[in-house]
Amino acid sequence: MTDVVPTGERRQLAPPVLDTGVMGWMRKNLFSSWANGITTVVLLVAIGWMLSWFLEWALFTATFTAPNGQACRGHGACWALIHEKYRYIFFGSFPYAQHWRPLLAVVTMLAMLVSSADRRMWNSRLIWIWAIGSFITFLLMFGVLSFPISLFLTIAAVVGGIGMSVRGAIAEPVELNAWRALAAIGVIGLILRIAGVMPAWSLTIAAFDYVETGMWGGLPVTIILATYGLVFAFPYGVLLALGRRSKLPLIKGLCVGFIELIRGVPLISLLIMASVMLPLFLPQGTSIDKFLRALVAVILFAGAYIAEIIRGGLQSLPKGQFEAADAMALSYPQKTILIILPQALRVVIPPLINTFIGFFKDTSLVLIIGIFDFLNTANQALVDPNWAGFPAEVYLFAAFVYFCFCFSMSRYSKYLEVELNKGTRR
Amino acid sequence: MATNSVIELKGVNKWYGQFHVLSDINLSVKEGEKIVVCGPSGSGKSTLIRCINRLEEHQQGDIVVHGVTLSNDVKNIEAIRREVGMVFQSFNLFPHLTILDNLTLAPIWVKKMPKKEAEEIAMGLLKRVRIPEQANKYPGQLSGGQQQRVAIARALCMRPKIMLFDEPTSALDPEMVKEVLDVMVELAKEGMTMICVTHEMGFARAVADRVIFMDRGEIVEQNEPEEFFAHPKNERTKTFLGQILHHG
Repeated sequence: MTDVVPTGERRQLAPPVLDTGVMGWMRKNLFSSWANGITTVVLLVAIGWMLSWFLEWALFTATFTAPNGQACRGHGACWALIHEKYRYIFFGSFPYAQHWRPLLAVVTMLAMLVSSADRRMWNSRLIWIWAIGSFITFLLMFGVLSFPISLFLTIAAVVGGIGMSVRGAIAEPVELNAWRALAAIGVIGLILRIAGVMPAWSLTIAAFDYVETGMWGGLPVTIILATYGLVFAFPYGVLLALGRRSKLPLIKGLCVGFIELIRGVPLISLLIMASVMLPLFLPQGTSIDKFLRALVAVILFAGAYIAEIIRGGLQSLPKGQFEAADAMALSYPQKTILIILPQALRVVIPPLINTFIGFFKDTSLVLIIGIFDFLNTANQALVDPNWAGFPAEVYLFAAFVYFCFCFSMSRYSKYLEVELNKGTRR
Repeated sequence: MATNSVIELKGVNKWYGQFHVLSDINLSVKEGEKIVVCGPSGSGKSTLIRCINRLEEHQQGDIVVHGVTLSNDVKNIEAIRREVGMVFQSFNLFPHLTILDNLTLAPIWVKKMPKKEAEEIAMGLLKRVRIPEQANKYPGQLSGGQQQRVAIARALCMRPKIMLFDEPTSALDPEMVKEVLDVMVELAKEGMTMICVTHEMGFARAVADRVIFMDRGEIVEQNEPEEFFAHPKNERTKTFLGQILHHG
């Protein structure tokens, strides 16, 4: 049989059959030589043996319900322990009858995180999702929320200020005046409040019984610390990274000093400082919530690491990008926000998510200042003398839950890389 | 000196550390004039035009662009950059933005132009550089010649009075040089004031009012293109022309 080849076109040959299909793949990758084949067989046998041993323990001889630890003994895994303790592991010492509140809070936060993960949501909607989601989360956790007037004034000042600087270049006069008015109300109000002219009004919403942060524990604590720690650490890290590249020696020095100082000490020492030393410097009678102090320590710490990652991204950009932006008369903020950061952040997605995953797990260190996150409540579940002696089950369970979170983050990182590079790739 | 000069350099000096990269440069460019700057690598020709829009800072002398004297004042620098478009050797398009967004970015953010109007101007310019069908693609999907034409259109989008070209065809594959030069010739015919660092001597012959030869940070010789190529006066110019015209 002869193929008719159109003039000017080369005939496209099919790839050799030996390399395609399942058999082809196996031949090429698993049994390409005697040594390779033997290794494959040995490893398969080893994996099979371990898997059968594990399944035997974890499934076939396991105990799923038992009145106490004694009834479990002598068999395989004691999942009855998890069955007995899972509510404590997930929610810590939150009042037992109210466990639906942290459960709903976790669901709310997951919904918030998942919906803001979608690139199509990356616009002003995101602010509303986070404002409403955070409100619901903390209302559920605390039960009672009290907003001082100064909070509203600060938000007004910040939002107005951001509006003025970001929209300043392109806004209609009416819109610009609205931003100015908002900022002015915020600033003047704050001054009046600080001067004591304005009374300390506050808006209190009491939906449920008040539960203080000392009672919080388990999964909500881990997710809140990691989420809000990183959400605040991220912009802070961006500012530090930009500051470190600043031409102004003072700003540069401050940023370098801060980053090096924070990176030079362990997170634990920062947490201890926040919980033991900070109160010594505060005036008598005032106290900052322990949970909040831990959160601030996480933000400071994560910020320094994120800053160094982002600096790497900034340095990877060709000089021409900065020059092109300069040559078209963009101002520094415009250049940074429109040209530099979108490109720099894209480059650093893998190491950034890597850091996020690390911090999600590192939140367990808050144990040393007496906060019980997910790993620590799991640990506590082992203390009960009725159920002593089954650490493997509890830690496997905790590991499984952590894995679900970290693996989703890792997959998301992959998705982001592909999604953000759509079209820009050659 | 002519009164209608749009760029005026007087006694400009610049050093990189100890290295004297620009030495006593005096240059006056009239409105609508096209100048080609050539010279061996490291002669300071790129530095010269990069000083005009302050991508590089000069240390001595005055640079006056469109009546504005360059100083450390950011307002002055931005005022000059609005009037001066620049095209780079390595295109420097923004890879994360579509072609259209690359073009409309500066008009929208710097000139505060409504988006619709900016897009109309941008599409008009893309037609002029003959690639309107690429408007919604990303720079990475275009060929080098197309990218450079986009870069020219992007600079023109700000309606500049002066265009600076820094070796616009040096990074291109040979078969794409012509499409870029064609656009530049067209632009020259429309009366744009242009300073172009290039080794495309055909282009210099076709459009330049003046060819400037630089070596070791100095302007060694300048003349009308006919005279410059036919009867170079300085020895260094002769050597240089001998080298680059050797094969052409």
